[in-house]
Amino acid sequence: MAKSQRHLLLNLAGILLVFLVLLLFERHGSLYQVRILNNMAIFITLAVSYNLVNGICGLLHLGPNAFITIGAYTSALLTMTANEKMMNFIIEPLIWPLSVVHAPFVLSLLAGGLLASLFAFLISFPVLRVRGDYLAIVTLGFGEVVRVLCNAFQSVTNGPLGLKGLSPYTNLWWTWGVAIFTIAVTTKLVNSSYGRAMKAIREDETAARAMGIDPFKHLLLAFLVSAFFSGVAGGLLAHLITTISPTLFTFFFTFNLLIIIVVGGLGSTTGAVLGAALFAWGGEALRVVESPIDLGFLRIPGIPGMRMVIFSIILMGVIIFARRGMMGRSEFSWDALWARLHRPAR
Amino acid sequence: MTATILLQQLINGISLGSLYGLVAIGYTMVYGILRLINFAHGDLLMVASYAAIYGVALFSLPWFVSFPLAIAFTGCMGIVLDRGAYKPLRDAPRISLLISAIGASFLLENMALVVIGGIPKGFPRPAMFAKVIDVLGLRIQVLTIYIPILTLIFLAGLLYIIYRTRVGKAMRAASVDFETTRLMGINVDRIIAITFLIGSSLAAAGGIMWALKYPQVNPFMGVIPGLKAFIAAVLGGIGNIVGAVIGGFLLGLGEIMIVALIPELSQYRDAFSFVILILVLLFRPTGIMGEPITDKT
Amino acid sequence: MRRTSFIALIAVMFLVAGALSPAVAADTIKIGLYLPMTGAVAAYGQMEWDGIQIANAMMPEVLGKKIELVLVDTKSDKIEAANAVSRLIEKEKVVGILGEAISGNSMAGNPISEAAKVPTVSPTATNPLVNQGKNYAFRACFIDPFQGQVAAQFARDKLKAGSAAVIIDIAQDYCVGLANFFVKEFVKLGGKVVSTTYIQTGDQDFSAQLSAVQATKPDIIYAPNYYTEDALMAKQARDLGINVPILTGDGAQADALIEVGGKAVENMYFTGHFHKDAASTERSKEYIKRFKEQKGKEADAFGALGADAYFLLVESIKAAGTTDGTKVRDALAAVKDFQGVSGVITMGESGNPVKSMVINKVENGKFAFVTVINP
Repeated sequence: MAKSQRHLLLNLAGILLVFLVLLLFERHGSLYQVRILNNMAIFITLAVSYNLVNGICGLLHLGPNAFITIGAYTSALLTMTANEKMMNFIIEPLIWPLSVVHAPFVLSLLAGGLLASLFAFLISFPVLRVRGDYLAIVTLGFGEVVRVLCNAFQSVTNGPLGLKGLSPYTNLWWTWGVAIFTIAVTTKLVNSSYGRAMKAIREDETAARAMGIDPFKHLLLAFLVSAFFSGVAGGLLAHLITTISPTLFTFFFTFNLLIIIVVGGLGSTTGAVLGAALFAWGGEALRVVESPIDLGFLRIPGIPGMRMVIFSIILMGVIIFARRGMMGRSEFSWDALWARLHRPAR
Repeated sequence: MTATILLQQLINGISLGSLYGLVAIGYTMVYGILRLINFAHGDLLMVASYAAIYGVALFSLPWFVSFPLAIAFTGCMGIVLDRGAYKPLRDAPRISLLISAIGASFLLENMALVVIGGIPKGFPRPAMFAKVIDVLGLRIQVLTIYIPILTLIFLAGLLYIIYRTRVGKAMRAASVDFETTRLMGINVDRIIAITFLIGSSLAAAGGIMWALKYPQVNPFMGVIPGLKAFIAAVLGGIGNIVGAVIGGFLLGLGEIMIVALIPELSQYRDAFSFVILILVLLFRPTGIMGEPITDKT
Repeated sequence: MRRTSFIALIAVMFLVAGALSPAVAADTIKIGLYLPMTGAVAAYGQMEWDGIQIANAMMPEVLGKKIELVLVDTKSDKIEAANAVSRLIEKEKVVGILGEAISGNSMAGNPISEAAKVPTVSPTATNPLVNQGKNYAFRACFIDPFQGQVAAQFARDKLKAGSAAVIIDIAQDYCVGLANFFVKEFVKLGGKVVSTTYIQTGDQDFSAQLSAVQATKPDIIYAPNYYTEDALMAKQARDLGINVPILTGDGAQADALIEVGGKAVENMYFTGHFHKDAASTERSKEYIKRFKEQKGKEADAFGALGADAYFLLVESIKAAGTTDGTKVRDALAAVKDFQGVSGVITMGESGNPVKSMVINKVENGKFAFVTVINP
């Protein structure tokens, strides 16, 4: 059997395994576990697409919350029925075309992704002209501007009151389906000539340019793809928690994504997946440090807020002492696994 | 709008702008040498304000003892910050430094949140700062006069240090090239530490001024001033100290004036500063006073 | 293999964290709390937690069992809020839930508790949307429309205001909601809104907005924002020489307002829940006394509402005689003339309490009672 065929089979088997596990949880797991799994998949989607810009292209982009916001609002406004919208917009009525349009969930997700991409396209001209710290601040600025606009345009977003009562369409199949699709597309892109060009730009932009690579074109592509999947994930998130408001997508949210990709290893899709899974599960597991702990002889009172302190320390610790994170820039591959398993025991 | 109100707004703008400028100096100094946006700079404002509060409240020190102590403490915090979060990363890619800075910023905020709590505290305001004087129908807080003067004094002192002393010369050398500076027998790490000491002390002074003007201290109080000061620094040409002060004044005036002239736009006030930033980066990336940005290796 | 050991280290850390099981006391009744203890609105969560702890000390038992409070942090975030409620219900098996402090997060938590039929009482989620169409969601606070109307009536009738300037914190649904309902009622009663300006949570400089307001010479300023912004705003207003009365809502009634605002907040009027100097119920007096003793400061509205949410839930469990969610829910819905910390509460339509509103003002550095307006 040819190697590529074997890999395809192995990949399919892997996906099948994931779906079997999901089926198990859906049938027998608690709603709490299902919720964590959903979060996990959404964070995987977000982290993988965020890593495409930050890790693969090496741009410190701090505004993914803008794309997620746009995706979430677009998708939410499309799936809500006219009646639900009327109940939500108690201060200023929703403007006309939006108040009547209604679309199925799939279309709303696609629309959310596309609109996020469109926004990415519009801001790419100022954003991609600058690099490094400037890019970080400009993208941070766009994130803030989107939040301010969401608060201000009450006849579109309902302002700070937010939207509620969205139908809980999001389930394990949607979230994990999108996550796996995102991973597949991203991996394909990274391994294509475009992906190699992106990495070349990351390592040395001048040299890349000398080799005939157009940085703007390639970075724009990464930016658009990243925005699309962030937007879709935003739509999934909106229909998972069934309510959104501008406060959901602040810089704190970006900070979480940053921790995920740094701990996973900047530039590694596998790392982003592992980091996201660890974050979604670890965030809940770490709640223990905030609740009182009984050691039998000693009762330690819980300190609310310790999790965020621990997260900040993990981020700094990783960046200072283990800059490569969990995966460095390497990726999971069947060959490496094979080689590992067949290595003679020492 | 009457002339009085316009003048009043101008005073409001200068008062806010000089605060931005004061904080922006520290930003720009660190940037000039390390090429690093010190995200935690804003949080040093918060550290200084809490230190000053505890100096007055816990140790019942008078303000003229407590405030300088808070400034000294924050200056040392700046050195600790450099040693802990930035020094190990001198040879790392810039992106790592930035991430470390963001991490340090979140760590400071969350530590404050856990240790001190999120409920805002009032800031003790000595009577001599709280006075309001009436001039030709204008209401001017005495602080409004002190702050710009103080900013200008600090600016003059700093310019003296940078252009007239040996340390300053070393700083200027380090801002051009680390390696060559090292070859000249200058201890670069010490120079960086001094930069952080001065920059953080200025942030502390800014923080205390800020808290005197807006006497409410909470763990997140430094976030917005930090961002605005950064924008001011970029506006003036990052790395340029005079530019930072000018940028601060311009940003402060601009923010106030947009609300003054068109009150309906007040909800976009925070977006305004970012739009300014984006426009500056688009059309004049080096800012008003800046020299062309060189990539430092 | 450095990387492998690193992965192992992180994995072990989490496993250790997971293995340390939280303290479990036998035979207790568990009440879950999800509050923002960190993040942007940490202050509200921390104040409510203070109040709930006092309330728990005042009434530590129900149905002969000790009440155990399980607090989970939401980081002021919706995703975490939803996780928190799910965790409280499925993992901690709580019989009732208190929280969240802000409406947006309550809207993320309520659908989950609704589906699990676990009654929830929010101390301070004032957005009318929160309880809309929910059977198991209750709250201890007023909703925005009622408070906005009362404020407008008070401004017209008692303060004799013909014109008002409205200053709104655009980032808070609470402030936007209140201001909106105030404006509607104020205009209906023949008043005129001469200026509407906006601020943002976290802003510290309001001089531009205030100077603009000054130019329109209003009779009153209506600034229904949280005390953090209102204290600074009042200070700057007085510094600018604006001496018209400032009217605001319950979110501004906290000790820190006077601590920060000092003389500037004198003659500031509040539509709110309770007045410390003329506590209406026994429970209120007791609470104020204990709060002062244990926390070393005066009671604030956030803490008081937190306490009321606790008392409402516990008293309803007592009335129902069981911890069964549906029965407790019925008891909550049937609450009538309940003697709470923040006044007398009767549960109205869809979990929104009907209670009299107290108008307070700051006088000589203290909150003073002005009048009561009954619904």
